Amino acid sequence: MALNRDFVGRTFPPGEPYEVSRVKIREFADAIGDRNPIYRDPEAAKAAGHPDVIAPPTFPIVVSLGNPALADPALGLNYAMVVHGEQRFEHVRPIRPGDAVVCTSTVTEIRSIGNNEKMVIETEIRTTDGELVCKTYNTIVERGA
Amino acid sequence: MTAQVKYDDVEVGTEIPARSYPVDRANLVMYAGASGDFNPIHWRESTAKAVGLPDVIAHGMFTMAQGGRYVTDWAGDPGAVVDYGVRFSAPVVVPDEGGAVLEISGKVEEKLADGKVVVALTARSAGQKVLTRAKAVVRLA
Repeated sequence: MALNRDFVGRTFPPGEPYEVSRVKIREFADAIGDRNPIYRDPEAAKAAGHPDVIAPPTFPIVVSLGNPALADPALGLNYAMVVHGEQRFEHVRPIRPGDAVVCTSTVTEIRSIGNNEKMVIETEIRTTDGELVCKTYNTIVERGA
Repeated sequence: MTAQVKYDDVEVGTEIPARSYPVDRANLVMYAGASGDFNPIHWRESTAKAVGLPDVIAHGMFTMAQGGRYVTDWAGDPGAVVDYGVRFSAPVVVPDEGGAVLEISGKVEEKLADGKVVVALTARSAGQKVLTRAKAVVRLA
């Protein structure tokens, strides 16, 4: 089904801040099978020049999941038919424990590719102080029936 | 943020040794919990098949994370990865018995200014390319 083109250019304001913890970073690192001590041991992280442990490069997906743009029924998205098309993270700095971050998302593109619908969402992840830590580009594809 | 690989020690075309990463259903259950993505196509076979998939498939983000792990293990410091993007070209099918294997290789595609390089990644599973246009920009020492 065609997605609602009126969503292109629409920006969704941030929700509640997400507070990053050492435990969550370690849990995520465990889940991707990555034993790197810089995700777990503050001393190892300091030796690498970081003030505390840091999150893996794909960790921001945890923060940006549950995008309000996708939840709006007016978009017309059939979630059962959605696959992940592309993903990109531009890191200004690594995410660290103690960061309280919020996401501001903008729908930048919706178009048809054959029977499929492609949608691109850009998200800025900022601390509650306004510091930009990461920008994400998320492309989803709704497969046509 | 200090990568262990030195910018001056790599050239365009420098290859990073290929690695294999096994994936089984337990990995996907853990990833669902840690990421918050509980789409049942990643853990329930009947749902996967009902939407036309051959079997349970890995989260695209799990596959992307393995590519990230490959790059950060090479660079030494995960904080050295300043940009990382992929296109998901085929699903990684993860059968209940035996699971799947991801084979990842990479090479330095470009040397940028200020100590950064572009690493191009190749990821395959069951003979299929599962990631395309997979590139990481890494700040080297």
